[in-house]
Amino acid sequence: MPTEELTYREAIVAALREEMQRDPTTLIMGEDIGASGGPFKTCLGLYEEFGPARVRDTPIAETGFVGAALGLALTGFRPIVEIMFSDFLGVCFDQIVNGIAKHRFMSGGRVKVPLVIRSIGGGGLRFGAQHSQTGESWMLSVPGLKIVCASAPDVAYTMLKAAIRDDNPVLVIEHKALLSTKGDVAIGTEPDGALSGPKILRTGSDATIVASLAMVPRALAAADLLSAGGIEAEVIDIRVLRPMDTRPICKSVRKTHRLVTVEEQAQVGGWGAEVAAQVVHEAFDYLDAPPARVCLPDYPLPYSPVLEDAALPSPEAIAAAVRALM
Amino acid sequence: MAAPARQSGPSIMTTREQAASEVSSGGAGRNVRLTDENRLALYTMMVDIREFEEQVQRSYLEGLVHGTTHLCQGQEAVAAGACLALRQDDYVSYTYRGHGQCLARGMDVEAAFAELFGRETGVCGGLGGSMHLTDISRGLIGAFGIVGGGIPVAVGAGLSAQLAGRGQISVSFFGDGATNIGAFHEAMNIAQVWRLPVLFVCENNLYGEFSRIDHTTPFEDLVRRAAAYAMAAVIVDGNDVEAVHEATAEAADRARSGGGPTFIECKTYRHRGHSRTDPAKYRDPAEVEAWLARDPLITYRAGLEAAGVLPVGEADAIIESSRSRMKAAAQQAAAAAWPQSHDFAAATFA
Repeated sequence: MPTEELTYREAIVAALREEMQRDPTTLIMGEDIGASGGPFKTCLGLYEEFGPARVRDTPIAETGFVGAALGLALTGFRPIVEIMFSDFLGVCFDQIVNGIAKHRFMSGGRVKVPLVIRSIGGGGLRFGAQHSQTGESWMLSVPGLKIVCASAPDVAYTMLKAAIRDDNPVLVIEHKALLSTKGDVAIGTEPDGALSGPKILRTGSDATIVASLAMVPRALAAADLLSAGGIEAEVIDIRVLRPMDTRPICKSVRKTHRLVTVEEQAQVGGWGAEVAAQVVHEAFDYLDAPPARVCLPDYPLPYSPVLEDAALPSPEAIAAAVRALM
Repeated sequence: MAAPARQSGPSIMTTREQAASEVSSGGAGRNVRLTDENRLALYTMMVDIREFEEQVQRSYLEGLVHGTTHLCQGQEAVAAGACLALRQDDYVSYTYRGHGQCLARGMDVEAAFAELFGRETGVCGGLGGSMHLTDISRGLIGAFGIVGGGIPVAVGAGLSAQLAGRGQISVSFFGDGATNIGAFHEAMNIAQVWRLPVLFVCENNLYGEFSRIDHTTPFEDLVRRAAAYAMAAVIVDGNDVEAVHEATAEAADRARSGGGPTFIECKTYRHRGHSRTDPAKYRDPAEVEAWLARDPLITYRAGLEAAGVLPVGEADAIIESSRSRMKAAAQQAAAAAWPQSHDFAAATFA
């Protein structure tokens, strides 16, 4: 398969284009995604290629068009919706949590809901408290949803393709601070296993760092800092928050004896708590220190650049959290 | 019966006086689309819905129905009349008060009772319950327990129909209370701006749960909501099954031929309370009495008998037969096994 260097944004567009070419029942809906290519240009060129019926600008009405996606999914289509900012997941919470997530179950497993919600979240762009949240844990306690997080161009590409082919509702969280990051993407790769769970990105023997989204590159940078000081950290991209598979993380901790989770959201109710709980349950005797969680402080993300930067977990802060366990 | 607008702009009867003038005409014999066979089918369907709900009530008192139920006695003409105007391949979304729509679309009554009783043979295997009867094979895409929640979903099914290009339509049934929630407004706007083949059938029974419409809504004629979206709209007497059928058939014709959505307000009344625990004592007895006198089963029977469509005395046989059938179906359902070993993983994810 040809490998191309793509930005994260280009990888999203490529995945959408290929899957829409592959399956005529796919279509994408969202705010300003048509002729404008999307506020973050994540649909660039799709409108020209597939036309207004399949690349559909919606009113600013998330409840309306996310609910409509459920109706499409129940009647033979494979809709993809774009949520411009993950913060707006709150606007259509009912449709996702009470409708999309539960419809198959309530029917006795007799309907399928092949539906993708692409949601662009995350901080670091000075967008303030209502346009900077990842929302990754908001629906973590809801059975019936798959929730995945794209940390790099190749992940975004395969994960989105797999999500579109999945017969279930998948919430794909993308991070806007990653949109222009570059990486090698194996174009045309079959996305088998792309929704399967955590992936080890760097091996190490002294501590396990588990991160999501934009915290993944920061965790890798932290591992570099630690390595310079003689500490080898294993870095895992959690990738799939639901259904959560912590077996690779537990296996890693049995080797490293230390766990640090890194997530761009508040500590209470974050996925790091679930990872820590499962590691404690499954690998208690292997831990040399209590699991640590690196998160956002317990206040909304501030606007001022100096304050936002201070709030977001830095590689130095992640490295410090690991050192504190040694 | 007032003809819905054929032009693209809104055409709305807004006064209750106009609606009342339609009410007085009594039903049977005016709807030129209907054969006498259709008329008997409409009557029989209303009887079946009534007898189903009455059996649900008896079964509830026997401890067979769990949690709560929301019964639709008094509103049978809306489900029966509207659904007769639909095709097999049309889509329908409805609410927790949706047993009537399910029966009118041909749901197996034993499987429906079994679902209410939480049994293995239920139409959703006992995972849904009274508020979530679903049968995709009959276009019954879902019952929604959240007020207004099913309306955007019906709009999506309407988009599906438009894209498929086979002349299907989508119908959303909901109550007056749902017109105050955001999902309704977003759905109405999207349906109109995309000219989708969607019928918004509002069962205005004057009560949103326990509260009368004048406590919650600035007007009682909800067609005014449609005006805000430049959508064709009509008020019909929701207790006149033929009027409901004709309004639905006209709107369906328009929708199938690309003429866009229609809002159909059916003026009707809920004979019982909101749910099992609600004796509905907040209602004016005079109001209840006036609406009970306009029971759609009684008025339609009288109309059919007067027109000679229904031989005098035959209605009693239809009712008796339906009652027996519902009783037998409920007994069969009650004898069915409890679900024991559900594959919950397979029910959750395909």
